[in-house]
Amino acid sequence: MSDIETARVAQNPNFKALVHERTRFGWTLTILMLLIYFGFIGLIAFDKALLAVKIGGGTASLGLFLGVAVIVFAFILTGIYVQRANGRFDDLTAALKRDVGR
Amino acid sequence: MNRLKHPIVLGGTLAVVAVTAAFAAGPDLGAVKQSATNWPAIGMFAFFVLFTLGITYKAAKGTKSAADFYAAGGGISAGTNSLAIAGDYMSAASFLGISGLVYTSGFDGLIYSTGFLVGWPIVLFLIAERLRNLGKFTFADVASFRLDQTSIRIISATGTLVVVAFYLIAQMVGAGKLIQLLFGLPYLYAVIIVGVLMIVYVAFGGMKATTWVQVIKACLLLGGATFMAGAVLYKYGFNPETLFAAAVATHPKGDAIMAPGGLVSNPIEAISLGVGLMFGTAGLPHILMRFFTVSDAQAARKSVFYATGLIGYFYILTFIIGFGGISLLMSDPAYFTLDAAGAFDKLKGMIGGTNMVAVNLANAVGGPYFLGFISAVAFATILAVVAGLTLAGASAVSHDLYAQVIARGRVNEGAEVRLSKIAAVVIGIVAIYLGYVFENQNVAFMVGLAFSVAASCNFPVLTMSILWRGTTTWGALIGGLVGLIAAVGMVVLSKAVWVTTFGNPVAIFPYDNPALFSMPLAFLTIFVVSKLDNTRRAQRERALFDAQFVRSETGIGADGAHAH
Repeated sequence: MSDIETARVAQNPNFKALVHERTRFGWTLTILMLLIYFGFIGLIAFDKALLAVKIGGGTASLGLFLGVAVIVFAFILTGIYVQRANGRFDDLTAALKRDVGR
Repeated sequence: MNRLKHPIVLGGTLAVVAVTAAFAAGPDLGAVKQSATNWPAIGMFAFFVLFTLGITYKAAKGTKSAADFYAAGGGISAGTNSLAIAGDYMSAASFLGISGLVYTSGFDGLIYSTGFLVGWPIVLFLIAERLRNLGKFTFADVASFRLDQTSIRIISATGTLVVVAFYLIAQMVGAGKLIQLLFGLPYLYAVIIVGVLMIVYVAFGGMKATTWVQVIKACLLLGGATFMAGAVLYKYGFNPETLFAAAVATHPKGDAIMAPGGLVSNPIEAISLGVGLMFGTAGLPHILMRFFTVSDAQAARKSVFYATGLIGYFYILTFIIGFGGISLLMSDPAYFTLDAAGAFDKLKGMIGGTNMVAVNLANAVGGPYFLGFISAVAFATILAVVAGLTLAGASAVSHDLYAQVIARGRVNEGAEVRLSKIAAVVIGIVAIYLGYVFENQNVAFMVGLAFSVAASCNFPVLTMSILWRGTTTWGALIGGLVGLIAAVGMVVLSKAVWVTTFGNPVAIFPYDNPALFSMPLAFLTIFVVSKLDNTRRAQRERALFDAQFVRSETGIGADGAHAH
């Protein structure tokens, strides 16, 4: 791709919207995932007693639920990203490609 | 099953082995004595081998170009690729090691499961699509997109080969020991069988065969684990609470198994382990290669989504299997080595070691033929993982080192693919030799080291070159090298090597996991060196970022353009 073409794509409003939205969305989800995971690890490191608390008077502990929740959250977050990417981001990319004739 | 009644003497402290093996993703079984030959398991494994060799034969006929060999011609669907990615993750030690860890420590097993999983969302949000848009066959294609080919290919290939080497040694030694236990075959036979089969898969079938072997194994393992977890839950009326109550009543640690124990006692250690697991995933060469086997960025992101679901599901199954082991095996003397008085140690006395929990549970819920099936799947698992590693190593040698560094891009496709096949044969032979040499060494730290190197060398070089305009060749080269040396150096100075292997009295580096220190050091070095680098080349490289950025975000220019 030549410099002129690069500049033409970079100036396109669809490109700017795509980059802006996806970068913000990707980093937001990344930070969320980091907070969830290192929050869990942090509790293991600093507050073991809290994780040992029983849920509903049974045998299962809070830690167990949180551990499974981390796994489920990871899956849900990837799902949210893929849904947004397959819809909004792919639409923007398609519109951009139409604009620049590729 | 008679076999189980024979005591198998094991050396080493098994609880420790189970813990390290879980992280190591390559079971370190300590000193193992060979069991009686297990014909049902061998028969089922032989069937798996014949079937996969058939696939390899078919794949070999369709593997002509370099794109076929390295990336299965880009023709793998998102669903198939997600099974292959999940398969790369569901190693024998994820299965045997983590279920064994849950058996001895309960809750603590979850720490590893979550750590292995949460790297995936990060890969998806920041790397997967950009990697797909920029690269062709290896992650070095991406890292060297606008930087100096020679320097970046050398550092990327070095990172790849170091990761592959440590991972392979751990898997080969694990395979040998596991096969002694499961099949009753001698150690060296097992190592040679694994080595020869992986050479055949990779050299003849390339990425296509390697992918399908992984997919078939992933289906078998998911099916087997689902059946086992289902059978365990069935015994407790599909009520996990009843299962947990039964486990707490049986386990010597009692209710303590439902809460974090002493496994990760030091906070720094816990966080460093988490960093290594999470970002190591994003830098494993054999997994990054899988993003090039699908047709486009959309398929790449779908495969991560499905794979995350499959891996998460698998870890939840492993957790149930571990608890099933506690409640169903722990009070049955048939699964333990008995002392003179007929008593046994519930935690350390299991026949074959704590890593055999899942295997023994297979016998308990499904009888000897299901035991044979699970044993065969465990061996198939190792085979599929080493094949992927071998392909990644061979690609680094032929596509990065030979084609770009030695021949400076002046090479025809046929010669490159031929060299890749030769490299696969050489890597296979070296792996057999190393598996033989390391038979009686402690190799449990090696996969941990592989993850640390991936997190401290490959991952920083890759992300900085994609995401930061300021990255220059000098920055990436020196930063990657510093990360690599720091990760290896810190592990050598840690307890696992400095004290256990070299016999020194005190470890110089106080933690087992270096990633918390070595990874930021690599990022910092890339940043500082790039900032200081004001050569003409550095200025040109920064100017080239715009073109790279447009392509990485949109994929425009990726088709038909040369990948570098």
